[in-house]
Amino acid sequence: MIARSEALLQRLPWTLIVFLVSAPIPWLGSRYDTFLGTLIAIDALFAVSLNLLLGTTGLVSFGHVAYFGIGAYVCGILMKTYGVAFSLALPAAALGAALFALVAGFFCVRLIRIYFAMLTLAFSQIVWAICFTWNDVTGGDQGLPEVPYPDLEWMSAIPGFDGLRSTDQFYLVTLVVVAASLAAIRRISLSPFGRMLTTIRENPERAAFIGVNVRAYELAAFVFAGAFAGIAGALFGISSRGVFADFVYWPKSAEVMIMTILGGMEYFWGPPLGAATLVILNQQITSWTEYWSLALGFILLVLLFSFPGGIVGGIVAGYRYARHRLAARRA
Amino acid sequence: MDVSSIFGQLLSGLTTAMFLFLIASGLSLVFGVMRVLNFAHGSFYMIGAYLAWQMVHWLTPSFGSFWLGALAAALGVAILGAAIERLLLRFLYGREELYQLLFTYALVLILGDAVKATWGTQQLSVSRPPVLAWSIDVLGTTLPAYNLFIILIGPVIAFTVWLALTRSTAGRMVRAAAIDREMLGALGANVGLIYTGMFVASSFLAGLAGALVTPIQSVVPGMDVSIIVDAFIVVVIGGLGSFWGTFWGAVIYGQVLSFGILIFPGFSLFSVFALMAVILIVRPWGLFGQPIR
Repeated sequence: MIARSEALLQRLPWTLIVFLVSAPIPWLGSRYDTFLGTLIAIDALFAVSLNLLLGTTGLVSFGHVAYFGIGAYVCGILMKTYGVAFSLALPAAALGAALFALVAGFFCVRLIRIYFAMLTLAFSQIVWAICFTWNDVTGGDQGLPEVPYPDLEWMSAIPGFDGLRSTDQFYLVTLVVVAASLAAIRRISLSPFGRMLTTIRENPERAAFIGVNVRAYELAAFVFAGAFAGIAGALFGISSRGVFADFVYWPKSAEVMIMTILGGMEYFWGPPLGAATLVILNQQITSWTEYWSLALGFILLVLLFSFPGGIVGGIVAGYRYARHRLAARRA
Repeated sequence: MDVSSIFGQLLSGLTTAMFLFLIASGLSLVFGVMRVLNFAHGSFYMIGAYLAWQMVHWLTPSFGSFWLGALAAALGVAILGAAIERLLLRFLYGREELYQLLFTYALVLILGDAVKATWGTQQLSVSRPPVLAWSIDVLGTTLPAYNLFIILIGPVIAFTVWLALTRSTAGRMVRAAAIDREMLGALGANVGLIYTGMFVASSFLAGLAGALVTPIQSVVPGMDVSIIVDAFIVVVIGGLGSFWGTFWGAVIYGQVLSFGILIFPGFSLFSVFALMAVILIVRPWGLFGQPIR
């Protein structure tokens, strides 16, 4: 009975369920709820894309923000400077991030552990330096303010959608893009390719012995992770109405890593939960104190010392313990 | 470009280099022995700077206030380092690198806000100590005596640490701990004490560097996250865990930054990160390091 309901729970189309539950927010919630929803959806995608490296493949990337930033800049520059439509700028952002990930990843996957982390950090700082100093294209330290919203007027023609603000419309677009991306990443990590990534995480030597080209697999994971981070970055640039060099500065890489681990990197839904928790906590805590970093630091300490499996890891452990106690009592 | 401007650039690069060496040496020592990449090293440096400002502020009319303040700041940071290592870090030695990295990042977050809460967000500055408030002309370039002092103190500290590592019993223990911690423990040495000592020494160096930078740079929040990346670059160029490598890495970094500004203005930031990436790609263990086993 318990085993059957557990199997059912795992087979449910969670991406669709989460999408359907969060879609009505513009009609039911306030403007603030929509803002929060947009932020959570984007960060969730960013964190899941990192987890493709961190949790699935076991690669500790300390420069994931580079791909997020490239996506934001490519989309922002195309839409603001060249007036390109969002429907073209978004795939271009993913492509741009994926291309850079291909180049950077080609070198990174040749290194192991701490060297891998350092090289990803170096590449992300290169991207930051370019964004920060190339005034003509990226706006330098002033950034690119006033990136336009995509033209979503067509949405008002649909019955029931006519009363929506442009932020609400963009929230719905974000939700669709994020849900499709999450479904794609889920599909990737459950495919034979994704299983092989996990094999590599568990034991790269053994994977190489059975004839797997470990570097090629790692590089492919790196490119996928970069592309999805680029999509998240493009959405973020539009929702925050501007792209700035701060988006690419290295502490942001640490932040998304914290989201991933806070939720639990061993589970697909860990990073989105971590992203939601962190965004909501951030809003709550910053509303009554300016010392958000201090709070985040203490959250991180508690996490590292007491719940290394993150929130989902904690829930699963608690559930297993309860089930074990229940079974023991019955016997 | 004439001789004097090249010479001036060389000297300014060398000053930057020796500063970075003071910071990066502690980072390199801790990584070499404990295999922990300490993001909080930049925070220790920042706290050193703020403590120095505070001490100088309190001591000011008295003689030698700057030097006493700098020493007190370095000692204060060393005590902080001891507390962090004993109370928290030592429980993470067996864990994965990811957790160690994030632990040191948690310290960055906490210490950064603690500094803001204590000293506020305005810029603070410390004037040069009166003994070194003069300057000399060398080949048409004006060199402040304080910069000369920094250029000299780098090699002095490098030599002192090198002597301590190679000629003293404690230094031998430290080098043994870097090679095989378990074997050293089995032989009866107190490895935990060596680790604490290393972390304290490294914190002391970071605090000292922070204190000594105050007459040249203003003390602001955020100096922690920018300096730590510079220190990483230095350590990577020389080789993670290689002590003399860190010294030469700092020299190379200083010159690349200083001449980068001259040759590609606006792209000197880019050039140092590119240097870091190229070194990691070509020789991940750095110019002076050895491949890890």
